[in-house]
Amino acid sequence: MILDNFTHLYHGFGIAADPFNILLMAIGILLGVIIGVLPGLGGANGVAILLPLTFSMSPTSAIILLSCIYWGALFGGAITSVLFNIPGEPWSVATTFDGHPMARSGRAGEALTAAFTSSFVGAFFAIVMITLIAPLVAQFALQFGPAEKFAVYFLAFASFVGMSKEPPAKTVVSMMLGFALACVGLDMVTGQLRLTFGFTELLNGFDFLIAVIGLFGIGEILLTMEEGLEFRGKSARIDPKVVWKTWKTLPRFWATSLRSCVIGCWMGITPAGATPASFMSYGIAKRMSKNGNNFGNGEIEGVIAPETAAHAAGTSALLPMLALGVPGSPTAAVLLGGLLIWGLQPGPMLFVEQADFVWGLIASMYLGNVVGLILVLTTVPLFAAILRIPFSIIAPVILVICAIGAYTVNNNVFDVLMMMVFGVLGYLLKKTNYPLAPLVLAIVLGPSAEESFRQSLLTSAGSVSIFWSNPLVSTIMGLGLLAGVWPLISKGIAKLRSSAQPA
Amino acid sequence: MEQAHQEAGGAGPKQRSVEIGTAVLTLLFGFVVIYGSHKVGSGWDGGPQAGFFPFYVGIIICACSLVNLVSALREDRTRIFAENGQLVQVLKVLIPACVYVALVPEFGIYVPSILLILVFMVWLGKYGIPLSLAVAFGVPIFFYITLERWFLIPLPKGPVEAMLGL
Repeated sequence: MILDNFTHLYHGFGIAADPFNILLMAIGILLGVIIGVLPGLGGANGVAILLPLTFSMSPTSAIILLSCIYWGALFGGAITSVLFNIPGEPWSVATTFDGHPMARSGRAGEALTAAFTSSFVGAFFAIVMITLIAPLVAQFALQFGPAEKFAVYFLAFASFVGMSKEPPAKTVVSMMLGFALACVGLDMVTGQLRLTFGFTELLNGFDFLIAVIGLFGIGEILLTMEEGLEFRGKSARIDPKVVWKTWKTLPRFWATSLRSCVIGCWMGITPAGATPASFMSYGIAKRMSKNGNNFGNGEIEGVIAPETAAHAAGTSALLPMLALGVPGSPTAAVLLGGLLIWGLQPGPMLFVEQADFVWGLIASMYLGNVVGLILVLTTVPLFAAILRIPFSIIAPVILVICAIGAYTVNNNVFDVLMMMVFGVLGYLLKKTNYPLAPLVLAIVLGPSAEESFRQSLLTSAGSVSIFWSNPLVSTIMGLGLLAGVWPLISKGIAKLRSSAQPA
Repeated sequence: MEQAHQEAGGAGPKQRSVEIGTAVLTLLFGFVVIYGSHKVGSGWDGGPQAGFFPFYVGIIICACSLVNLVSALREDRTRIFAENGQLVQVLKVLIPACVYVALVPEFGIYVPSILLILVFMVWLGKYGIPLSLAVAFGVPIFFYITLERWFLIPLPKGPVEAMLGL
């Protein structure tokens, strides 16, 4: 079985190493870094905007381009955090804690090298894990009926509620808003129109790509504007000597790296995402390190820990997407939406029916990250220069890009108006601590979650006991419940401990 | 960031009011969903009807919105949502952006884009006219060449483009 994987992977490298695909990787990484560096353009909406451009490509080339944009965005977040103390992406917030102090004391090159290399290590670890585990998960999932499928969705969404640092009721509302929006339009089973209230524009429902572009793109611009961004960055040039010197010190932190990889992979598969992974990894590294007290003043370990975890989480978020059809992050959800548009149904059957595609993608993850590491190390000054373009030029250009992106999804001008509505909503929700990721995932997964829910109930003639009818489905549902109420349990344990040992 | 807002202590709408407003908004949305689902049938008719799933989704939205409403009512009364000055900044982007998307259906994407960039750079950025004009025309031309010519993706056009014969 494992050997089989390697043969497939070898074959996949043959597909990914095609010169055209390598070129797409380089373009994708560069675009991704630009997207990661600019405020208002993130991984999720960057990929969403560029999705229509790939419709004329073969699915393999298209997904290589898009996933490389994603790697690029992950790399790009580190540049702004270290040089400008502005996290370009939420998952690089923890990188600013030690990365920016390092840059201020003239060690920007060192910090960036450490950040990029850690990103690479984290991603690589996650890809190896995907190579080994994804086919097994997919094979296992082939036995899933509708009830098991719904249970997996339940588990995914329950872990959002449990892992999110926002209040559970807000997470649930945000998620259910997504499910409700996904229901709007034509009901596939009965052929009835629902929730359209007579508006013909709503006939086809809400496209999640529009929601992503609005919520993450426009919302982010409004937030940035409110904070009144001032760009006061450190300039950086990375010369090979600094890279080499930093690389020599990195093996010393192998324990931190390994721990961060594991945290990242875990948080990425259960869809908690890269942001909590990076914070958790930073926090644990701070507690475990000998130099823990110096964290926050420019400790290289404080850059390694969050970057490794964020990249490991970002990458492993693709595992459930490929193997189960349940994306682990908004960006993975956009990629999943792309697959659906190309007529590929993500999930266990993908490994059987489209083996070339899957292994081409996995191989491209290996190559893409190597290409990415080399590219970002050599092009940092270029991107630092982009960041110096004032916001009053960048903002309208990004608005225009978002509008074009929203229009090209369905060639519909109404979508451009919808995007603006979602933008204002995104700003409001973000300011009031409603998480946006569950909303987006629910819009994407809503139709399939509803379908499996209805099919399950049909077989059981309306009884919800079907979700507890066999050991497999009960286990998954049980895990889901556990994940959903986890904060209560951990609070309980903490209380018990503190009462047992009075401090 | 939020701490910085508190320390600055400027005037502005309270976080509490906005939280209450958002909770009421989601509550209303929940009711709309329940009503809409009920209209197409939310029961069982040899199988789940079209409104079956959204009906329960609506109920959960309402229930959790009530929880949020209660916790919003208990929110600190002094914390502000954003300072008025900051909101003005936001509106300076939001209003031109809204005008922009409102113009797109009528005039296509190119002419409004040129206007948007011009307004932004001259009014908010205080740039000189030559540079502003260069960026305002450069960006749409760039997209025209890459999207319409290379990728053959048509973008919406209005009367001005028709006059130019594009």
